[in-house]
Amino acid sequence: MKEGDYTLARLPIGSKGIVVGVEATGSTRRRLLDLGLVPGTVVEAIRRSPLGDPTAFGIRGAIVALREEDGDVVLVRPLW
Amino acid sequence: MKPIYRPSGALITKADFVPTHITADYVIGLAGNPNTGKSTVFNTLTGLNQHTGNWPGKTVSQARGFYRHQGKNVILVDLPGTYSLLANSIEEEVARDFICFAKPHATVVVVDATCLERNLNLVLQVLEITPRTLVCLNLVDEAERKGLHIDVGGLSDELGIPVVPTAARSGRGMTLLKDSINNIASGEHATQPRPVRYLGSLENAIGRLETYLEQVYTNGLSKRWVALRLLEGDSTIIQAIHNHSLAVTQQEG
Ligand SMILES: Nc1nc2c(ncn2[C@@H]2O[C@H](COP(=O)(O)OP(=O)(O)OP(=O)(O)O)[C@@H](O)[C@H]2O)c(=O)[nH]1
Ligand SMILES: [Mg+2]
Repeated sequence: MKEGDYTLARLPIGSKGIVVGVEATGSTRRRLLDLGLVPGTVVEAIRRSPLGDPTAFGIRGAIVALREEDGDVVLVRPLW
Repeated sequence: MKPIYRPSGALITKADFVPTHITADYVIGLAGNPNTGKSTVFNTLTGLNQHTGNWPGKTVSQARGFYRHQGKNVILVDLPGTYSLLANSIEEEVARDFICFAKPHATVVVVDATCLERNLNLVLQVLEITPRTLVCLNLVDEAERKGLHIDVGGLSDELGIPVVPTAARSGRGMTLLKDSINNIASGEHATQPRPVRYLGSLENAIGRLETYLEQVYTNGLSKRWVALRLLEGDSTIIQAIHNHSLAVTQQEG
């Protein structure tokens, strides 16, 4: 991961990012892609659980909760 | 009661889903992403003729129901809502095993017309397993409210399978859906799905594996689909197929 790159896990609540890559392999990668996290997808960080994890994201018309360890491997370019 | 579902690759058959007091002509699976209206479609079609329980050995709830249409007795199995069929969770494993090993006469994929794109991933995955598939394009009333117009004919042509627009909550489209299910289940409508084409190098590898699989597997699973899972290194399906093959061999003595 390059300096200045953002991951989903670091996206502030209420903001959006566009997926630029998924840094995972095997079934984790497949699962994230199946949730709609393919490059070019716009994702919105909607809310974080009171415990700080997981976070709810708006992905292609569905709301999906992701744990920090999953959000951390999805590279995004913040849209702001 | 005899178990109607045994996990991963065991010899589940369509007959396992048919209640003893009914003679069924067709057994149909109802798949789809979470919250697309599967249970609403299920309830609208089967009314009070339902039986709910768990998939034995699993904490996933399971519902099957019954209706009659055009003189045919149809058993409908409501599968868990999933984004994928690659067995990332118990729900996905249940849905995958049902479609792969119980081999329903047809699988209906219920999709949300307001976010079609995200739903098509699952449609394409089901199509890689079986051509006996149709799309129930649900929530068209919501889509209309949002000003979305869906080219149903175009979608059907692109996929190579029937697409039936419905608004299950108000019963809209249900008769056409039942017609379409019967047509596919009876084999009267032989669909011609358009397979997803992958990169050339991948297609080469798939082709070589398919040729090999033809010699070792006779269980009726799509060779292309198995080849893709092998290339992906999906150990759960490899184990499931292995279990299934062993069970078949044992049964044949
Ligand atoms: N407007 C509209 N609402 C619908 C339609 N079909 C279902 N709904 C509503 O959508 C919501 C979800 O429906 P369900 O049938 O529970 O969806 P499901 O796919 O079974 O959901 P899971 O089993 O949780 O994956 C409910 O509030 C339904 O009343 C429809 O065609 N139009
Ligand atoms: Mg349901």
